[in-house]
Order: sequence, then structure tokens, then C-alpha cells
Amino acid sequence: MKTIFAASVPGRTACRVVSDAPGAAAMLPAGLLRRTPPRLPECSELDVVRHFTRLSQMNYSVDANFYPLGSCTMKYNPKFTEYVAALPGFVRLHPLVAQLEGGAEEAQGALHCLYETEQLLCELTGMRAFTFQPMAGANGEFTGVSLIAAYHRAKGRQRQIMLIPDAAHGTNPASASLAGFTVCNLESRDGMVDPEAVANAIQQHSDNVAGLMMTCPNTLGLMETHLPRIVEALHAVDALLYYDGANMNAIMGKLRVGDAGFDVVHLNVHKTFGTPHGGGGPGAGPVGVSERLLPFLPAPRVVRRQDGSFALNYDLPQSVGHIGPFYGSFGVIIKALAYMLRLGGEGLARASEYAVLNANYLKKRLEDVLEIPFRQRHCAHEFVASAPEGLRALDIAKALLERGIHAPTIYFPLIVHECLMPEPTESESKETLDAFVDAVRDIVLSGRAEPEKLHEEPRHLPVRRLDETAAARHMVLTEDMT
Amino acid sequence: MAANPQALLYSKTHEWTRIEGDEAVVGITDFAQESLGDITYVELPAVGDRLDVEKEFGSVESVKAASDLVSPVAGEVVAINEALENAPEACNADPYGKGWLVRVKLAAKPEGLMDAAAYEAHCAAER
Repeated sequence: MKTIFAASVPGRTACRVVSDAPGAAAMLPAGLLRRTPPRLPECSELDVVRHFTRLSQMNYSVDANFYPLGSCTMKYNPKFTEYVAALPGFVRLHPLVAQLEGGAEEAQGALHCLYETEQLLCELTGMRAFTFQPMAGANGEFTGVSLIAAYHRAKGRQRQIMLIPDAAHGTNPASASLAGFTVCNLESRDGMVDPEAVANAIQQHSDNVAGLMMTCPNTLGLMETHLPRIVEALHAVDALLYYDGANMNAIMGKLRVGDAGFDVVHLNVHKTFGTPHGGGGPGAGPVGVSERLLPFLPAPRVVRRQDGSFALNYDLPQSVGHIGPFYGSFGVIIKALAYMLRLGGEGLARASEYAVLNANYLKKRLEDVLEIPFRQRHCAHEFVASAPEGLRALDIAKALLERGIHAPTIYFPLIVHECLMPEPTESESKETLDAFVDAVRDIVLSGRAEPEKLHEEPRHLPVRRLDETAAARHMVLTEDMT
Repeated sequence: MAANPQALLYSKTHEWTRIEGDEAVVGITDFAQESLGDITYVELPAVGDRLDVEKEFGSVESVKAASDLVSPVAGEVVAINEALENAPEACNADPYGKGWLVRVKLAAKPEGLMDAAAYEAHCAAER
């Protein structure tokens, strides 16, 4: 498809500005004025509407098609949450109001919502308190590991080592490094964190281990069955456990991570509580803590006064300070609250049950099509598979796009050969899952018969096979606008 | 897969070492480049940097992943393969030749590395 610049016709405009008022030339110093007009596209209103409407129709979204992108939990976002977040009382409230003297009285509804969301997340996770300041998942990770650092500092010690399993999301070591920790990689055994490896690392680094970051179920879609031993080993040396909430969608109403011994958790509300991903709006990555990390949470915190009204508390001398502006992405938090209240405790637990059931159904049906490591175990909400011998995960992914299905995550985690990671989520019907199985089966059969043809997929999409290697080796990140 | 040269030593993390007097040349193995896929960027240390055994000394990025380079030897970097800056594909096309990474003045005789046969068994187990 052509760019809007290619549709430009000199002199064509949507409207004509007729004014005697002096323009920029009258207001700006001569040295700051451009000598030539910028090369902006010249189009009619209808040209612009059609261009962007077509562009939006080329976009792939969960509102249009199946999106089994593992580890991303691309569940359907119910539309009523948009309605709730767009209520005028929320939209028209200025974020500064609650911070003005006496302003909290003018923002009681909003503060109540934040307080209520915190209570619900505490109930669901078994944590003591939550902050909503982090602006996305990885920002939540950074907040969480910063809290761990603050905890050790408050005890008068500098602990340098953060233990991270080899199957972890790449954001874990990145967040830990950003917070000043040195990452120690833990090798997995049987697809899980190995308690022996944890014990060895603790012994090797003696009293220098600050904590361990875990995803549970992990990125192979497996529950970590050695969790109690690992928690015990870490707590024995007063090191803390971080729970990466990426896979929370598997355990709602089933496992409270606070009860399991985790000290800090971040949640990706876009993965678990039906708020939009990425381009759908700003993110939010609430962080929950156990009692011992409570004093270090970012300020301010929403508190309930004796009379039942709500206020902001800034008097937190040990706080790590601001992580994000105001109270985080307020509108996103409202959507998460609306989602939790609509589903209720029973509904959230059922969402996790269906997410796990759907993933196990897909895994079982694909057993004779793909190579499935750890096939003897039930998976959680997602599973990993290897492309069959002779075929590449990339080719299968591209061929799925041609069939109108978003590709699963590929080549992650790194410890699985030619990895595909499907995650169906609870939103999808049996018919959709069956259609996915049929598509994968068809691709594998045709790929075995004619491997070259598979390399050419996709054939009928707006873009065909892109040369990702050339794009990475010879990056072009600029466009000539003169 | 290309055969792993008999004259080289190999590490568990898929780097090869060729001893030349008191110096060693280090690169990544054919198994490593095959697993990574098309390599798009190689980050190398600077001449004069000190490498330690089993410590990270750079990274390799491919279309699939970014991986740390782990040093099989200890010593000082005396040369780096500057051609990789503009042509990282040499690591894919010729991992034991034009795709070499660094030349190191050895601080100690390398220990605990595998010969070609032991390395091939190691790779077979990893598959």
C-alpha cells in the first residue's frame, strides 16, 4: 500500500484557512523561521479518511482473528471496560485535583476506585499492598527489584546478586541490571528451576544474594513444582522472591503467590485483567508487596481515613520515591477494576480454568503434528513445541499468517529448539482451536511435501516474506522529509 | 553441519579456541551459528581488555536472539576481528575462519576445554 505522501497532489487541501491575522512570521525570531515549507502530504479529507481506514483494515487484532501469541496472553478485552473508563466523572477529573490542599475531597470517587482495586488485587494475590505507579510490566519489574534493593539497604547491606532462571523473559535480567544488580543465570532441569542450582548459587555467593526472579507457571508453560524448597532456601538467607506476573492468567483463584512465599509481584493488567495491549493505550504494571516491603513502596499511597473517606499519604520516609507520574495509568486501572468486578472471584477462577483447559486441549491435539517437550506433563495456560525435524518454526509461523491466524511466539524460550509457543487464552471456542490445529497440520504436511513452497509464505498478505536479516544488518531508520 | 576442526579446543558454551604459541584465537562454533540463525550484530571487547575464563566478553545478535559470548580463556585482547562490524555474516558462513572473534595473549594455559569428539557428544546431548 502507498504511503499518504504518495497520495499527495500539490495544492489539494481539506479546508482553506482565510485569515488576516499575522502568521508565525509575526511571532517568531527570523532565525527560527523555516525557509521552505515542510513537505507535508497535500490531500482532501476523503483521501485521508480512506487512507487511514484502509490502513486500519490491514491491522491484525484479536477483535478480528485468533491471536495465540504465547506469553503475551492476547485475551479478548471486553468492551464494557472502555465504557466504564470513559465515564465523564473519570475522564474530566484533573490528575492534580487530588494533590491540592483539600483536593482529595473533590476526588473521593477516583481514590475509592484505586483503593478498591488494591484491595481486590491483594485478595487475589495474597500480597499486603499494591502500588499503581509503574507504567507497564517492565517498569513494574524495575520497581519490584528496586524495592528489593531498598530492603537490603535498609538492613545496612549491599547485596549484588539477582538469581534469574534461563527460561525467564529477557526483561527480568534487564530490569535487575538497571536496578544495579549483577545477574546470575540459573540453569533449568526438567523444564523447571532446579532447587540444587539455587542452593549452589546461594552457597557460591554466600551472603550476597539479594533475590530470585521467577515466573510461575514458567515460560515453558509448566508449574514450578519445587517452589516450597526454593522459597525456603532464599528466605533462609533473607533473600527475597520476585514473582513475574506474566503468567498470572493461569492461576487466578488457584494459587495466591503471597501465600506461596513471594515477597514482591508485578501484574501485567493487559495480560490478565482485560486491558488493551500496546497500541491500545498506555500500560500499567501494578506491583504488590509482602509486609516486609511495605515501607518502601512509591509515594503517594491511597489510604482510608477513620471516617471511611480517602486521602493520599506522602509521609513515607523509606519510600523509593516516584516511579511514574501521579497514580499510574488511572484509566487502565479503572478498566482492570471493571473487569474484576464484572467477572467476580468465581469468574476470574473460571477464566484461568478455561485458559489452562484450552491450552491442554491444543497441546493434546498437536501431539502428533509437532514435537512437544515435557508432553507427559499437563501444561498451564500455554505450552512449547518444536517444529518437526526438517521444518522451521519461522516457516510455520509465516504460513499461519497466510491462513488468517496470528503466529504463536517463536524462538522463545531459547532453551527449546525451533520453538513455537501457542497460548489460546480462555476467550476462544473449541471451533477456533480446532481450526488452528487443522491449519498447523496442513502446514506441516504441505511443508514436508514441498519445503520450498513453505519458504515463500505468506503469498497474499499486504507484505510477503520480509528479509529480516537484511533489515537488521542494514537498518534504515530515517526518511528524507525535505 | 560443517565438521569441527580437530586442532581446536571447544567450550560447553560453544566457543572454539585455537592455541598459537602464547596466544589464542577465539570464535563461535558451527553449532552455535546454526542455532542462532542469521547473525546481525557482533559486539566485541576492545583491544587491551582483559578476558576471564567463563566470563562474558561480548554478545552476538541474530534474527532470533541475543546471546552472550563466554570466554574460554584468560588473557589480554591483542586483536579483534574488525571486519565483523560490517559483515557479521562471516560468523555464519565461515565460523572457523573469517568469522573469528578475538585474539588473546594468554595469561594461563587454557584448562577444561573439550576436543572435537567430546564437543560433538556435548552438542548431540544438547539437541
